[in-house]
Amino acid sequence: MYKHDVIVVGAGGAGLRAAIAAHEEGADVALVSKLHPVRSHTGAAEGGINAALRAGDSWEDHAYDTMKGSDYIGDAPAVETLCQDSPEETIQLEHWGMAFSREEDGRVSQRPFGGLSFPRTTYAGAETGHHLLHTMYEQVVKRGIQVYDEQYVMELAVTDHADPEERSCHGCIAYDIKTGELNGFVADGVVIATGGPGQLYAHTTNAVAQTGDGQAMAYRAGVPLQDMEFVQFHPTTLPSTGVLISEGVRGEGGILYNSEGERFMFEHGYAKNDGELASRDVVARAEVTEVEAGRGFEDDAVHLDMRHLGDERITDRLENIIHLATDFEGVNPLEEPMPVKPGQHYEMGGIETDENGATCIEGLYAAGECACVSVHGANRLGGNALPELIVFGARAGRHAARSESVVPQIKTGPSAKIEDSDVESPVALGLDEESRADIVADGGALLDATAEDVVTHTLEQEQQRVETLMERDGVNHAEVRSDLQQTMTANVNVFRNEDGLKQALRDIHACRERYRDVGVSDPSRTFNTDLIHTIETRNLIDLAEVLTLGALARTEFRGAHWRQNFQERDDEHWLKHTMVAWNDGSPELYYTDVILEGEDKVYEPKIRSY
Amino acid sequence: MSTHVPESESESETGAPEQTEEQIPAAQQRRLAKKQERSDQREQRAESESETDEQTVHLKVFRYDPEVESKSRPRFDDFHIPFKKGMTVLDALIYSRDHYDSSLTFRHSCRQAICGSDALFINGAQRLGCQTQVSDLDDPVRIEPLPHQEVVKDLVVDMEHFYEQMDAVDPYFRDEDVPSGLEEQNQTRENREKIKMSTRCIWCGACTSSCNIAAGGNYLGPAAINKAYRFAMDDRESDALQQERFETIEQENGVWRCQTQFSCTNVCPKDIPLTEHIQELKREAVKSNLKFW
Repeated sequence: MYKHDVIVVGAGGAGLRAAIAAHEEGADVALVSKLHPVRSHTGAAEGGINAALRAGDSWEDHAYDTMKGSDYIGDAPAVETLCQDSPEETIQLEHWGMAFSREEDGRVSQRPFGGLSFPRTTYAGAETGHHLLHTMYEQVVKRGIQVYDEQYVMELAVTDHADPEERSCHGCIAYDIKTGELNGFVADGVVIATGGPGQLYAHTTNAVAQTGDGQAMAYRAGVPLQDMEFVQFHPTTLPSTGVLISEGVRGEGGILYNSEGERFMFEHGYAKNDGELASRDVVARAEVTEVEAGRGFEDDAVHLDMRHLGDERITDRLENIIHLATDFEGVNPLEEPMPVKPGQHYEMGGIETDENGATCIEGLYAAGECACVSVHGANRLGGNALPELIVFGARAGRHAARSESVVPQIKTGPSAKIEDSDVESPVALGLDEESRADIVADGGALLDATAEDVVTHTLEQEQQRVETLMERDGVNHAEVRSDLQQTMTANVNVFRNEDGLKQALRDIHACRERYRDVGVSDPSRTFNTDLIHTIETRNLIDLAEVLTLGALARTEFRGAHWRQNFQERDDEHWLKHTMVAWNDGSPELYYTDVILEGEDKVYEPKIRSY
Repeated sequence: MSTHVPESESESETGAPEQTEEQIPAAQQRRLAKKQERSDQREQRAESESETDEQTVHLKVFRYDPEVESKSRPRFDDFHIPFKKGMTVLDALIYSRDHYDSSLTFRHSCRQAICGSDALFINGAQRLGCQTQVSDLDDPVRIEPLPHQEVVKDLVVDMEHFYEQMDAVDPYFRDEDVPSGLEEQNQTRENREKIKMSTRCIWCGACTSSCNIAAGGNYLGPAAINKAYRFAMDDRESDALQQERFETIEQENGVWRCQTQFSCTNVCPKDIPLTEHIQELKREAVKSNLKFW
């Protein structure tokens, strides 16, 4: 049993920042991560960090752009906090030595980005995330913060009160990947910073490790998941791997063609003014429409051509793209067009938190892509993911380390409910009796027990779960995961309709039934990735269900959520957050208010035009 | 064509404990029957896939697991998998694992050459599995764990020594005299350009594995020295702190152990001129020492 004041689960951008903040508060803090910190997916971020740093810009303008970009599903207190804290957090990184790109006068560079009214995106080449991740890991090393790397956190240790708002989190259980032992971690504060669930989809820009573990654990512990139906798809990813081809290619003048040689963005009227530079959701929908009309390449792609830009300009500004296309697709973009298609890129929703990173369970916090403090709403602006990591990572870490309570502006937990949903699922959701007895480990433990007792109890449950999985002969998790990814890709993708979403819920249910028979073939305790992937797959099933249920219920078109038959934003009925809570094994859908009232202004919803 | 020919298939079968019919409960029997059915289906699918595809790739993959009897003696397993244009070595490994043997173990995550997890010894050279196109390699593709590091299991090596060496150079920005608030420490474009390549390191360990001086010794190795270079050459660190850095760089296990063989530079997946950086630090070390002589 390990004991610390604060445990941070996940060591990407948000986790590292949270650990540093907790350490600065004087807490004994430890990071627990299934990867070594420098392997985290934050390293793959390319774009930059939005921060109002310069004369002529202001946090208010940044907040306005972000609210508008969110399609008014962002919460103003969270958005304003992001924009107020980002400049200081960004310069903090500079003070820690981050290798930002520089202006002639030696200050950090800023550049324009989509949806921003001022060029406020600070960056380090096209590798901003790599630099941010390494800079923060360096600071963790400098401070001597304990890191438990390659320890896979499987479940949270939470008390078992009926009302989630009365529960407390006392730690977590981790599988030591190298030895196969399960370890209990006891802590007063647990910060979840495990990233998004990109592996829900067959085709994603996300790392293979992005399986939404933290979201699934928090959900099962009783924290609602918020706005999960809002998933961002990036229009230019490589077909065979999902590797991202930066928006910069289109920014520099790259052209999209269909298999008939048409510049379809213009010729088929998807975006007569902006063409390839229309917003991400518009371009992604156009590409899928072309492919479905039989004008794609190899059944699923269109072509992105940048040869006309000339070798010199490409090498100067888009060097990285040459390497990516060559290494990962076997295509030299100086000589031939790159095949591209939309891919899952970012989950706007996640673990419901307030602006301090706190969830409705005492002692449990979340930050980064896994969390939904609600800064991105229905659609995230480019350059807003990295400031989210540092701003809310720092706040979550700081608050987890402090004992005094603060009154947040954003209310969390079931008591924030304004109404229930009346959507009907075509199949029963959640766990059935058999799987409940067999594989469930809800993180629920004793009432009013000591922290150690709660952790010990959860540890025993998890040991039982691992034993069962290891002993059972059965379905390989990879088959279940593949089925799940296929149905999400077919039915809960760029386009959504009622039949498809209902089919997805049936398929997810079937995956859950098959998962009852899942077994780990590898008998070894040493580095058993078969076991880890099997547990991850369970997490993905729970998240797929939440996401799809929310999408089925939301009968409007908002941000990244496009519904056939409902192609208007419906502010009258849908200006609200989707919440799904794991109510003793069955998901319960309800809604909470969107907060459009900021510090000294109210953000009036305006029509988004392209 | 056979799709998967583990040389020890029969061994691993006999490794399973034998049970008589009566001992097996009905539910378990159903499961076993299902398992057999699924395994047959998998085999059929694999065969039809390899029949319809014109090309297959032959992988020879290193296997070892100290805990499992049939794998406790290192061996190579053969996997024959359908080839697709654009397929990387990592794709081929994932295919092998997900279709034929779920116990095949290797590190991987981002599969876009930024997390540094999947440095492997592929056809005799250190490369990232995700960054290496199968079509660029001679068949069969021989995949082994990084040399000079202890093998934990299959293709996974123990990275602890590598991480310790990275830590040994105080791998963090150290200027305590930073401005406050929103004031920046200005850095010239030239200075940023100078350190740029050194900051691209993804800690994959390919360089250190390729260096026969770092092998088995305490030499800091190219990755750690490159990390030191990244800070030593950053103008934002004060002269006094840089002087301290040179003491680390110049220590017994520092830059002077490098024999300029360029193997690190040759294998670096991010094209960092590692050998050049080490030579430059040697020059700087000499110059800074001359000040005191």
